[in-house]
Amino acid sequence: MTLFSWPNRTENFVGVGTKAALLALAVFAVAITFANLAVPVGSALHIPDYIVALLGKFLCYAMLAVSLNLVWGYCGILSLGHGAFFALGGYAMGMYLMRQIGTRGVYGHPVLPDFMVFLNYKELPWFWTGFDQFWFAALMIMLVPGMLAFVFGWLAFRSRVSGVYLSIITQAMTYALLLAFFRNDMGFGGNNGLTDFKEIFGFELQSRETRAGLFFASAVFLGLFVAITAFITASRFGKLLVATRDAEARTRFLGFRPEKVKLFVWTLSAVMAGIAGALYVPQVGIINPGEFAPANSIEIVIWTAVGGRGTIIGPVVGAFLVNGGKSWFTGLFPEVWLFVLGALFVFTTLFLPKGVVGTVREAWTTRRSTASRVTKRNEGCIQTKNGDQTQAVAAE
Amino acid sequence: MKERLTSSILYLDNVHVAFDGFKAINGLSMVLQPGEMRAIIGPNGAGKTTMMDIITGKTAPDAGDVFFDGIVDLTKQDESSIATMGIGRKFQKPTVFDHHTLEDNLLLAMSGKQTIRSLLFSHRHQSETEHINSIFETIRLASRRNDLAADLSHGQKQWLEIGMLLAQDPKLLLIDEPVAGMTDAETLETARLLREIARDHTVVVVEHDMDFIRELDVKVTCLHEGAVLAEGTLDHVSADSRVVDVYLGR
Repeated sequence: MTLFSWPNRTENFVGVGTKAALLALAVFAVAITFANLAVPVGSALHIPDYIVALLGKFLCYAMLAVSLNLVWGYCGILSLGHGAFFALGGYAMGMYLMRQIGTRGVYGHPVLPDFMVFLNYKELPWFWTGFDQFWFAALMIMLVPGMLAFVFGWLAFRSRVSGVYLSIITQAMTYALLLAFFRNDMGFGGNNGLTDFKEIFGFELQSRETRAGLFFASAVFLGLFVAITAFITASRFGKLLVATRDAEARTRFLGFRPEKVKLFVWTLSAVMAGIAGALYVPQVGIINPGEFAPANSIEIVIWTAVGGRGTIIGPVVGAFLVNGGKSWFTGLFPEVWLFVLGALFVFTTLFLPKGVVGTVREAWTTRRSTASRVTKRNEGCIQTKNGDQTQAVAAE
Repeated sequence: MKERLTSSILYLDNVHVAFDGFKAINGLSMVLQPGEMRAIIGPNGAGKTTMMDIITGKTAPDAGDVFFDGIVDLTKQDESSIATMGIGRKFQKPTVFDHHTLEDNLLLAMSGKQTIRSLLFSHRHQSETEHINSIFETIRLASRRNDLAADLSHGQKQWLEIGMLLAQDPKLLLIDEPVAGMTDAETLETARLLREIARDHTVVVVEHDMDFIRELDVKVTCLHEGAVLAEGTLDHVSADSRVVDVYLGR
């Protein structure tokens, strides 16, 4: 895809910016949690519960953008279906939360969730087995999106499907899942999805402490994902990722197998998206098939593009900027939000192709290296005057 | 261990390839001895690049034998495995990794055999740094090692790509049109570079530039319509009236 030109520089070490961002995230998470729980209500420094819930949601979106950036920003795989992995992780968490309801449902059935009683299920479908145990649900949160991505990627990358074609089939994948999950007889609550959750690990889901805990856990996982991205991109494998993005065919003639490289990051990215979804669901209290909507997946692309793909913290910045804007805008003029989003994407493509973080970083590196560049240019001129074409030799 | 079928490093016998009926390679046979440097010439459409595609596994021949090192049937291997068994290729259009430094380009070129795990977790070995240093000395780009490959001139990109070939440490180097678009001085420098490399590698060079071929001073094979037309020294080949005919289109 040549939607944009790629950012000029890629980090080859865990940069100062990444370390500062991780530190800022830690301070942010601790401060918000403290200001919500320990500062008394009514104080000017108190952060109300709804803000914590909103920021917790944004952290999950940021995780999702970080996972997309790993495949799109660094490996050139433009996924228009990452929302599917997010939703699958969310459903796995939702199934655990449903089983936690126990007899407190409207129908008071000891095993079956309300929607199953309503739809005349006689017993729990086989694929709901084990979801009363958190360890099993946690495994599925990673395994289900991971396996789907692995099989999908194995077929697609092995057949050397890439570029727009791959983007289109990822979109088709999430749309197919949307239709499937809408059906009542799928056993996932159909149109209404999974909701009315009561407890997580035995803690009241509605209590302030639980909500603050979920917010904090989201911040921890976001930090972890950012650190994983920084580690991967700093390694030789990360260099190979960028090489695969820029000249996939060339890497084959060096002996690499780009399909394996892509399959690895693609699967890892899907697992990350699944975890993001699993943290999102208890914070918003519902998961329904709407999360599979193709438009959701496209929004993730916009967050990443606005923040700066191919930069480590760009997607986090983008997710917060765009979703912050969305909350503010939909409060003022709900009808125009989609137009604003569209305009934002066009603006980013035309005027900010490297995203906010990419542009700032470029300006910074240019300023720092201007002095040394000028010296180099002058040397080059002298050599040309002498008619010496082998610049390198003379420059030594 | 299988018995060597031939002492040659590269052995092509009666190879045929057709694209939609067009016979790109039509009964091509060629033998290359270890340590040899060979220049391949021929007019456009003679099958030079297609021959390279067959050797590197990009194109599968319809018929014929292609053996590497006397034992490996190249028609049964894909690009990655052919690259790891020791055949390096430089493309006609220089393809380097623009967003990486020169040093990282070489580092990647020498990592083709590594697993994903070792690419993720292993640190750079001292011997790798030494290998990179020696390659920079050969291709004379040491002063640019921390610059991005995108900032190189066309000629320098060609040299970097030859350096990447060396980093792969191949037994056989296939070099497609290394001096296309180069200035005269760059062409001379490239000829020097290739002669130096040919001291301890087997090299096949495809080129149009006759001055460059003369500078290399090696055995020449002239291809025409997918088969060998003439073989020998440049003087011998260029004296052949059929070679003159195909080049002048008579």
